[in-house]
Order: sequence, then C-alpha cells, then structure tokens
Amino acid sequence: MSEKVLMCGNEVVGEAAIQAGCRFYAGYPITPQNELTAYMARRMPEEGGVFIQAESELAAISMVFGASLAGARAMTSSSSPGISLKQEGISYLAGNELPAVIVNMMRGGPGLGNIAPAQSDYFQATKGGGHGDYNLIVFGPANVQELAELMGAAFDLADRYRNPVLILGDGILGQMMEPVKIKKRVGKLACPEKDWILTGAKGRSPRIIRSLILKEGELEKHNRHLQDKFRVMKEKEILYEEEGIDDAEIILVAYGTSARIAKAALNQVKSEGIRAGIIRPITLWPFPEKVIADVSSRINCFLVIEMSAGQMVEDVRLAVSGKCPVHFYGRTGGGVPTAEEISRKIRELL
Amino acid sequence: MKKVFSLPESMKDVWTHYCPGCGHGVIHRLLGEVIDELGIREKTIGVAPVGCAVIAYDYFNIDMTEAAHGRTPAVATGIKRILPERVVFTYQGDGDLAAIGTSEIIHAANRGERITVIFVNNAVYGMTGGQMAPTTMLGQVTATTPGGRDSSAGYPLKVSELLAILPGTVFLCRTAISNPANIRKTKLAIKKAFQVQLENKGFSLVEILSPCPSYWRLSPKEAKEWIEEKMIPNFPLGVIKGNLKDA
Ligand SMILES: Cc1ncc(C[n+]2csc(CCOP(=O)(O)OP(=O)(O)O)c2C)c(N)n1
Repeated sequence: MSEKVLMCGNEVVGEAAIQAGCRFYAGYPITPQNELTAYMARRMPEEGGVFIQAESELAAISMVFGASLAGARAMTSSSSPGISLKQEGISYLAGNELPAVIVNMMRGGPGLGNIAPAQSDYFQATKGGGHGDYNLIVFGPANVQELAELMGAAFDLADRYRNPVLILGDGILGQMMEPVKIKKRVGKLACPEKDWILTGAKGRSPRIIRSLILKEGELEKHNRHLQDKFRVMKEKEILYEEEGIDDAEIILVAYGTSARIAKAALNQVKSEGIRAGIIRPITLWPFPEKVIADVSSRINCFLVIEMSAGQMVEDVRLAVSGKCPVHFYGRTGGGVPTAEEISRKIRELL
Repeated sequence: MKKVFSLPESMKDVWTHYCPGCGHGVIHRLLGEVIDELGIREKTIGVAPVGCAVIAYDYFNIDMTEAAHGRTPAVATGIKRILPERVVFTYQGDGDLAAIGTSEIIHAANRGERITVIFVNNAVYGMTGGQMAPTTMLGQVTATTPGGRDSSAGYPLKVSELLAILPGTVFLCRTAISNPANIRKTKLAIKKAFQVQLENKGFSLVEILSPCPSYWRLSPKEAKEWIEEKMIPNFPLGVIKGNLKDA
C-alpha cells in the first residue's frame, strides 16, 4: 500500500498497526471507532494475527496484557466510556512495564454522553487515568496521514520504553475519509529483541512479570525507575508543529481536530493583517511546554481551542506561568468550534 | 535407596506465606507434581490471581505473571492465543473467579479457550480478611455476614455447573482436599485438566473445595470436617462434564 488510497481514520489505524507489526487486537464495539474493530476482524486473520471480540473493555485490555507479555505487538481501541473501563488494565500495563498501544476515538461525555466528536478525555489521557504514578506517551494526530505515521511510532516507542502508548483521536478523525499513504513494512521489523517475555522457562530460569512489590522500599524503587523512564520521554519524545510564531501577537494552541479548524481561522485573520501563529502539540504527553514558555514573554496572549470545557488549557497556563494572558475558547458535549467562531474570538482579544 | 518424596522440579524450595491448615499449599504441591509428571515445566505459563495466592509465582519454578483482580482468564487468553503451543493455566480463588471475574471466566469458557483453570473454592475472601464470597454457605458467618449469610446476599454460587452448559467447556470437575483420598482424586483431576489442554480439546477447570481455617475460625482439623459436613452437600464432588477415565 505505498500508493495513496482513500480510507477512513479508523481503518487507517488498523492497517498502519498491522504494517507496524501488530499481531494481536482485542476490542469491544463502541461508536465512533467501530470501523477499526471490524477492520481488524477481517485483516488480522489474513496476517496470521489474532482478533478477539472481547466480552468487555476490561477483558480486552487484559487480553492485550497477556499478548504483550507473551511477546506480541498488541493493541486495543475504544471510545471514551470504554477507555474509562480500560484504565484498570492500562495501570497494570504501566506497572508491569508492558508495551501496548491503545486508541481512544473520543466522544462526548461525561457518562454515556453522545457519539459526537469531543476532546474531553485529555485529563484522563495525560494525567495518568488509572491509579498510581505513571504516564503514557499520548499522541494527538490531526489528520489521517499523521494518524498512519504515528501508529508506527506508537508501537516502536511502546517497545522502546516498555510502556503503553495512547493515540488520542476523536470521532471526526476516526470516521473522516482522506487520501493516505501507509508505509508498507518490508523485511524484518525494527522490533527490539525482547529478553523479558514469558514463553515457558526452557533452558533458562523462570521469569515473573508482576506489579505487586511488597518488600519495604522496593515499590518506591520501582516507581523511581518508572519516573526515570518518564523523564527520558520528556527529554526525547516531544513533538509539535508551529506556524508563524516568530512575529505573532497572538498564538493559538490546539491539537487534533481543533487544530485543523484553528488553522482555518488563522488564515482568515491573517488576511485581515492580524499577526497570529499556532502551536499544535502532537504529543500531548510529554507536553511541548518549552516552546510555549519561550514565546510567552514576547506575545500579547495565547488562545487555546479545544472540544472540551477546558483541559489542555491548564497545561498551557502551567507552561506560560503568568507571563501573558491565556484565553480559552471551547465547545463541549460534542460541539465543534467553527473557524468563524474562533476568528471572532481572536478579533475580540486584540 | 529409592527416593519416594521430594520437591517437584516445578516448585521453588521456599517457605510459603500461607496460614496453618490453608489449602493453597496442598494445591500448589499437587499442581507442581502434575506439571512435573506431564513433563511440561519448560512450556508452562501460569497466571496468578488477586487473592491469597497472589504471589504463587514466588513458589513455582515456571514462568508466571499476575492479572488484575478477576481478569485472570482474559490474561491467559492473550498469552495462549499468541503462544498456542504453550500450556497456560490460571489459579484463582472464588472472589477472583466467581465475583469480580465472573464475566471473564464465563466468556473464556464459552470461547473454549485452551486454558486450564485451577479454581480454589474456600467459601470466603481470605486475602482481605474473611468477607463473604459468592460461594459462602447460607448461614456462614463472615466479616460481612455477621449474622450468617442469608439468601438476600445470594446463594452459594455453583460456577462449575453454570459452565457445564457451555459447549466450549470440555472437562469440569469438583474435588476437595479434605482427606488423603480426595487429595489423590484432586491430583488426578488436575492432571486430566492439563491433558485436555495438551490435546487441544478446549477449556478445562478443576474446582477444589479448600479449607480456610483462619477465616472459618476453626482448627485445621475442624476445617477439613467442615468441608465434608457443610460444603460437599452444597457443592457435590465429581466430574461435572467430560470424563476422568484416561487420566
Ligand atoms: C479491583 C480490586 N478490588 C478489590 C481488591 C481487594 N481484594 C484482594 S483479594 C480479594 C478477594 C480474594 O478472595 P478469593 O478470590 O476468594 O481468594 P482467597 O484470598 O480466598 O484465596 C479482594 C476483594 C483488589 N485487589 N482489586
């Protein structure tokens, strides 16, 4: 599949995962990510991989846990209410240092909410989500092509750090059809040799994979080791895109679908002579706080745009640390901001 | 001189943390012996539960992992589907299997997962201090049924009988470790359950009635009698599905 094809985001996630060597998928249906589960049901057997429609998200993530510790590149996907259930297993994956990729095509919440696109699981995704001291690398792709590319990166990083990676999309990204080029993997995967997996203790001493660490002081030691990994991720894995920030008087900060709309607004106001720029975080954790901090003393203000009541805006405010005003424009409950709404807000602020 | 009793190679030479008279130690030993006798130590992967047996991996000389409370069969499913040539078992208590993990056990069984489940029914939650389990007897006093369990808290749940109606289950057997004869039968059943998996036939489970003297507030000897007097009438022993013949 080295040519451009027209595919929806959910199917692209599936194909890109397969090309990245994913051979285990377990999931439970939920809109707006059902195309992915169905795609995996069809494609996994063709690739000699495993597809399981699990009895629940709790089971699906635990199946991924089992497949991962047996050495497979494994993933699961869901949308907001299902991701809440998966938090149990995500915490266990992080505690056990098991790689896995989890996809959340967010919908409106809280509760059952609705099936419209949203970005209101940002806190859950970037601040831990489940119990305990841990973080996930969280990607917030803004278009279908980027989604394809980040899937490969997600599996590589999950293996490199032995930690789960989360793809945070939304219903629009999942269901939108766009032309896409999915890199076809040729030859052997760049998959590190895993000398820690369980395969049966043949010709070696037995291995134990566990997160229960009872001996005094040992869990703290383990947690410090995890924190060391998270520190390296913060140093090495931050990704963002910026445009026009050098001479900007106002900088928009937005990710995923909101960032696409924000860019349209940016073009509108630029044609009116407003000097506006944008910072689009691609990793939501680790968060690109440095670039935000660096520009904050020379601009007029930030405007953060989200499909939520205001979640990522808190990270922007932390980075800015009072050096300039940070404004927010958000739609919630499945509402999607329009470029006109954002442009109006920008004009208001200047 | 012929050595007639030694530590199975499948077990580590360590003390366990179990209470005096607890059944987990006996069941561990039987499991170790069976794994040795089948010659599968180097291709077996075990999944420990959340419960008193949570650190079972410290006692077995085989590859092992943990699972979130009750998700044990889901973790085993993931392992087995990736490594179909390996032998995969779960070891679960009645809280892990019959309360929080009811969904996972039913669906793993219904898919006919090629795994073996060692289900330790001690009619109580040991780990957390002796609360009611789904398998607690009517009238039994526990930390959360101070007046004895009455039916408004549910009846003792017969999981093996429930699983028997599922086409995916091949071998289901209930045994007890209340006396030497029953212990021998338990070992036979465990062996059979693993053979079913080795022959790739489907899902197998052995439910073992096991004493918890600490939370039954009985002596180890009384606890064994209590199994025979109180538990067996409610949880009849024997093969529930399949047959033991060629074990
Ligand atoms: C999600 C979750 N809920 C509750 C607990 C607390 N907990 C630990 S073990 C256990 C019950 C164990 O009982 P059982 O499965 O019967 O095993 P036993 O200890 O009797 O061997 C509970 C409720 C937990 N660890 N995780």
